Amino acid sequence: MSSHDTPIVAKSQAQYEYDRHHNALHMRKQVVNFAIMIFLTFIAFGMAAAGFSKYLIFPFILLLAGVQVVLQLYSFMHLEDKKTHFGEVIGFFMWVGIFIAFTFFLAFLTIIWW
Amino acid sequence: MSSYTQKKSFGAIVWDYITTVDHKKLAIMYLLAGTLFFAIAGFEALLMRIQLMKPNNDFVSAGFFNELLTMHGTTMLFLAATPLLFAFMNMLVPLQIGARDVAFPFLNSLGFWLFFLGAVFLHLSFFMGGAPDAGWTSYASLSLYSPGHGIDFYVLGLQISGAGTLISGINFIVTIITMRAPGMTFMRMPLFTWTAMISSALILFAFPPLTIGLLMMLFDRMFGGNFFDHTMGGNTVIWEHLFWIFGHPEVYILVLPAFGLFSEIIPTFSRKRLFGYSSMVFATILIGFLGFMVWAHHMFTTGLGPTANAIFAVATMAIGVPTGMKVFNWILTIWGGSIKVTTPMLYALGFIPSFVAGGVTGVMQAAAPLDYQLHDSYFIVAHFHYVIVGGIVTALFGSAHFYWPIFFNRMLNETLGKITFWVFFIGFHLTFFIQHFLGLMGMPRRVFTYMEGQGWDNFNLISTIGALMMGVGVILLVINCLLSIKGEPAGRDPWGDGRTLEWSIPQPIPFYNFRQTPLVRGLDTWWIEKQEGNTEVTFAEPVGDVHMPNNSAIPVVISLGMFIAAFGALYNPDADKPWSIYILIIGLAITFGAMLTRSLKDDHGFHLHKEDILEIEEHLYGKGGNK
Repeated sequence: MSSHDTPIVAKSQAQYEYDRHHNALHMRKQVVNFAIMIFLTFIAFGMAAAGFSKYLIFPFILLLAGVQVVLQLYSFMHLEDKKTHFGEVIGFFMWVGIFIAFTFFLAFLTIIWW
Repeated sequence: MSSYTQKKSFGAIVWDYITTVDHKKLAIMYLLAGTLFFAIAGFEALLMRIQLMKPNNDFVSAGFFNELLTMHGTTMLFLAATPLLFAFMNMLVPLQIGARDVAFPFLNSLGFWLFFLGAVFLHLSFFMGGAPDAGWTSYASLSLYSPGHGIDFYVLGLQISGAGTLISGINFIVTIITMRAPGMTFMRMPLFTWTAMISSALILFAFPPLTIGLLMMLFDRMFGGNFFDHTMGGNTVIWEHLFWIFGHPEVYILVLPAFGLFSEIIPTFSRKRLFGYSSMVFATILIGFLGFMVWAHHMFTTGLGPTANAIFAVATMAIGVPTGMKVFNWILTIWGGSIKVTTPMLYALGFIPSFVAGGVTGVMQAAAPLDYQLHDSYFIVAHFHYVIVGGIVTALFGSAHFYWPIFFNRMLNETLGKITFWVFFIGFHLTFFIQHFLGLMGMPRRVFTYMEGQGWDNFNLISTIGALMMGVGVILLVINCLLSIKGEPAGRDPWGDGRTLEWSIPQPIPFYNFRQTPLVRGLDTWWIEKQEGNTEVTFAEPVGDVHMPNNSAIPVVISLGMFIAAFGALYNPDADKPWSIYILIIGLAITFGAMLTRSLKDDHGFHLHKEDILEIEEHLYGKGGNK
C-alpha cells in the first residue's frame, strides 16, 4: 500500500455515538453564531434606517464589524477549535498584525494630520 | 551504484541548481546573487566617492549621479543585504533546529527566483533608458515627475523581488515554529534562529505597506491614479508614511539577523555560553515590536507638528534600551571568557564600538529639534552607514569567515582574513567618521558636487580614500573566497568550539542534513555533548526512511512570467508601443499557467530508503560510515 492510499477503518458503536453527539454540539454552536451574526447585521441596517446621527452610526457599525470579524475567525474559520494545528500561534500572529495596523490608523487619526 | 552517488555532468549540475528546492543550494545561490549585487552597488558607491573627491568635479554628470545614489541605496538594502542575510538564514536555520529542509521548499525556491529576476529587471534599467533617480526612498513629490522609465523599473522590480522576500519570510516563520527537532524548545533555540524568526515576522508585517505604496505609485505613474498628486486631491505625504512604515522595520529586518550572527560568533570564540540568553530573546522581540512604532522619525521636518514629533522622538529613544541590553550582553559574554581572536571574532570586536557609534548618533537624531539641524546633511549619511556597515556588513563578512566551512566545507585563510578586516575596518572609519563633521559643517546629502572654499575639500578627499580602502578590502575577501576552492576539506566542527547543531553535522553535509533527527538536550546542545565526551549528538530516532521534496522547474517559470509581464507593464503607458499589452498578457499567462500546473499536479516528494542513506554516507565518509 502506498502511503497516499486512504485507509478504511470501521467505527465502533461508541465512537459513532461520541462523534454524533460532538457533531450535534458543534452544529448547534455554528447555528447560534450564525444567528448572532444575522442579528448584528440587522441592527446595523436598522440603525442606518432609523436615521440616527452619523457620529453614532459610524463608530457603532465599525464596532459591530469588529465583532463580526472575530466571530467569523473564531467560529467559522475554526480558530477556536483546539484541534486546529498551531491555532494559538496563528491567532497570536493575527492579533499582533491587527494591533500594529491599528496603531498606524490611530496615529494617522490623532497625532498626524497630513 | 544508485543515482544518488553518481557523478553528474556540468549541464546536469546547472539544471540541478536551477530546479533545486534544497535550502543549502538555495543558500549558496543567495550568497552568489547577493555578492554580485553587493559588488555592483559598491562599485556605484566608488563612482560617487570619486565624483565627490574634489570640488566642482565632472567625473559623472548630475543626472547619472542621481541614478548612482538611487541604485546604490536600493541595491544595497533590497538586493545585497537582504539576500546575503537570507543566505545565512537558509543555510543555518534548518541545520540549527535539526530539520531536513524548510517547511515549504518549493516556496523557498520561488522566493529566490522572484528576488533574483526582480533584481535583474531593476538593473536592466541602466541599459534601457536610465535607472531610477529619485533616491532609494523615491518620495512621490519627486518620483512622480521623473521622466523616462527609471521609476517604473524601481516600482516593478521592487514589487517582484519584494514578493520573493515576503514568501521567504513566511517560510522561515513556519519552519522555525513547526519543524524544530525534539527537545528544541523556543528557549533552547540558537539566537540566530530567534533573530531569523523575529526578522521574518517583521518582513511579514512590514512588506505589505511597501507593496501597497508601490501599487499606488504604479497606478499614479501608469494610469494617472493621483494618489500622491496634491494638485488632483491626492496627498504626497502618504507615500512617505507608507514607505517609512515599511522602511523603518526594514532596518531591523536587516540588523536583527546581524545581531544573531554575532550572538553565535561571540560565545563560540569566548568559549562561554551567551550571557543573558533570555534577555537577548526579550530584547530582540522588543526591538522588533518598537520598530513599528517609530516610522515618523524619518519625517520630523515634514511638519507633523510638535505632538507627533515628541511622541515619535520618545518612542525612538526607547529602542536604545533593548539595543543597549544586547551590547552589554555581548560585552559580558566576552568578559572572563577564554577568548580566541580569530577573524570572525575580530569582526565581532570591531562591530561593537562601530555599531554603538551609529546607535549614539541615532539617538541624537531622535531628538526632534536637533534633527531639524541634521536632516538631509552628511551627518545622516554617516549615521546610517555606521549602523549598516558597522552593524550588518561586519556581520556578513565575519559570518562569511565563520560559516564558510558549513557552506563549502573549506576554511578561509585566517591571515588574509585579518588583513582584510584591518583594511576594510580602517577604510570604513576613514570614509564615514569624517562625514559626521561634513554634515555638521553644512554639506547636504545627495548633492553631485560642491563649490570649493567651504572647508569641505580635504574631508571629502579623505572620505574617498577610505572608500577606496573599503573597495580593496572587499576585493581581498573575494580573493580569499576564490583561494578557498583549492583548500583542504575543513571537516566537522573545524573551529573546534562549535556550540550549536550545525557544527555537529559531518562534512560534507548530505542533502538530507540529518541521517537521524537529533535530540536537543539544552541550549548549545553540541557543546553539551562535547563536554560529556560524546562524538555524536544524541539521536531521537533510529535510522529509517526519510521523506524529501522533489526538485521543480515551476518556480523559475512563475518568476520568468512575472519578469516578462513587468516589461509589458513598463512600456504600456507609451503610445508608440502598442505591442506592450501582448507582452504583459503573455507574461501573466506563463505565470498563472505555471501556478495552475503546480496546483493540479500532485507532488508528494519521495522517500529516501534506509539502504540509500547508508550508501550515500559510505560514499561521502568512507567505509564504516561516520563515527
